[in-house]
Amino acid sequence: MNSIIEINDLDLFYGEFHALKHVNMEIPEKAITAFIGPSGCGKSTLLRTFNRMNDMIAGTRIEGKVEIAGTDIYSNEVDVETLRKRVGMVFQQPNPFPKSIYDNIAYGPRLHGITDRKKLDEIVETSLRSAALWGEVKDHLKRSAFSISGGQQQRLCIARALAVEPDILLMDEATSALDPISTLKIEELAQELKDRYTIVMVTHNMHQAARVSQQTVFFLNGEVVEYSETEQLFSNPTDQRTEDYISGRFG
Amino acid sequence: MSQSLDRQKAKPHLAEEWVGKIYTFLCILFLITTIFSIVYFVASKGLSTFIVNHVNVIDLLTGLKWLPDGEPALFGALPFIFGSFSTSILAACLAAPLGFCAAVFMVEISPKFGRKYLQPVIELLAGIPSVVYGFVGLSVIVPFFRDVFPGQGIGIAAGALVLSIMILPTITTIATDALAALPKGLKEGSYALGSTRWQTIYRIVLPTTLPALMTGIVLGIARAFGEALAVQMVIGNAPHIPRSLFESASTLTSAITLSMGNTAMGSLANNALWSLALILMLMTFVFVFIVRFLEGRSKL
Repeated sequence: MNSIIEINDLDLFYGEFHALKHVNMEIPEKAITAFIGPSGCGKSTLLRTFNRMNDMIAGTRIEGKVEIAGTDIYSNEVDVETLRKRVGMVFQQPNPFPKSIYDNIAYGPRLHGITDRKKLDEIVETSLRSAALWGEVKDHLKRSAFSISGGQQQRLCIARALAVEPDILLMDEATSALDPISTLKIEELAQELKDRYTIVMVTHNMHQAARVSQQTVFFLNGEVVEYSETEQLFSNPTDQRTEDYISGRFG
Repeated sequence: MSQSLDRQKAKPHLAEEWVGKIYTFLCILFLITTIFSIVYFVASKGLSTFIVNHVNVIDLLTGLKWLPDGEPALFGALPFIFGSFSTSILAACLAAPLGFCAAVFMVEISPKFGRKYLQPVIELLAGIPSVVYGFVGLSVIVPFFRDVFPGQGIGIAAGALVLSIMILPTITTIATDALAALPKGLKEGSYALGSTRWQTIYRIVLPTTLPALMTGIVLGIARAFGEALAVQMVIGNAPHIPRSLFESASTLTSAITLSMGNTAMGSLANNALWSLALILMLMTFVFVFIVRFLEGRSKL
């Protein structure tokens, strides 16, 4: 498998706090990679370096290299907005905008200059179909995005991210605020999307990682302890700490 | 069960309960009585112009001449109404963009510096007495306008400018609170789609906080509408509708404060002033209702 994200010797500091320590990793293209580990271990922090969302936190300092498709995304030549267009993100809490379902999806394309009504209609439909939401909302696209359920809102947020045609989709504990049935739907959706997108998901739930991902990365205290193919990591971990964690001895 | 559930033992608490209830009830009764008395008093005085003195309501609202001592006496309040509305709305137009941008700076761009230094400074503006504003307006703004624009410098423009500074704290504080209360996820969601800071402010922050911003603006207009002293000092107080922003004009409040000492209680001229006060009061009620309406809408 080709790797799309390459991380070389990455260190990240929040002020004095050393949040990520010497991270080296490759993330394969068109597959699902899951980040697991206890709270505060740095998995969300690493995820947020891929679309530079950490830039917004004052006092963040980065050393080392993160390359996406061969480009060092922390070099001065990189345009953050273009990067974020290519690396979409779905958050822990569904965060639809206080606008209609249609306008939520069309928000990204409009930002990037698409105004043609027909083209927007088309994008809205394909994005909602990709997020397996079209059938449920196609008759009331003009309704507020708050009128649908939490699980539907999260799929709306996925559709919204897909509407700007990213290569990579980051999911930051995207199912942790949802009920089991909505969670299952999103997991199925991720399975379908992985043929077209590279998906990186942070999850608190080891079973979720085991169910949906092809590669799993285990984090502990800002370090990557182990990463390998999911089956390998869960059945035959090489590091004692990984084994302790997946067998439920801590975390 | 060592504690007794006897009625006797509980009595002191019962008494406390009743004393508290009666005391708070008396306080609220006093407040309500006061408010109703004021409204009744102003209304009865203000309406007697029409009922006792048979002045036509329409004439008062649309008449252009205010001659309480004339033969016949004329009570056209339109110049005052026009003055009040034009100064306060113009003031809001000046203060709203300033207040919103200041709030954006304090919340979005430089929260540390903004919260620690700018917010207290802006709130300090609210504590300056209106006579000081008027005095500064009279000695700085009026001469400046006199030099730069044709006319005496006094008028709607000077009044609106002084008022805009007076209502700036109201608008800024409400806008700051609204921006700070915006869920963090909304902005992150917008940034994550590749929007710039300004696109996020323009497309997400502004539309979402608009009802709250409008509340601030309406409260600002209400304050400007009722302000008397500062406006009176810089507006010129000529009882007619000016043809330019730099020509002497009057507001409802300035008309009342200027003439109230010169009329005898119960006379027609005095009653007419009460009618102006009634208009002021009713307008304030309208503003309060608008604010209530907007607040209801701002809940998502």
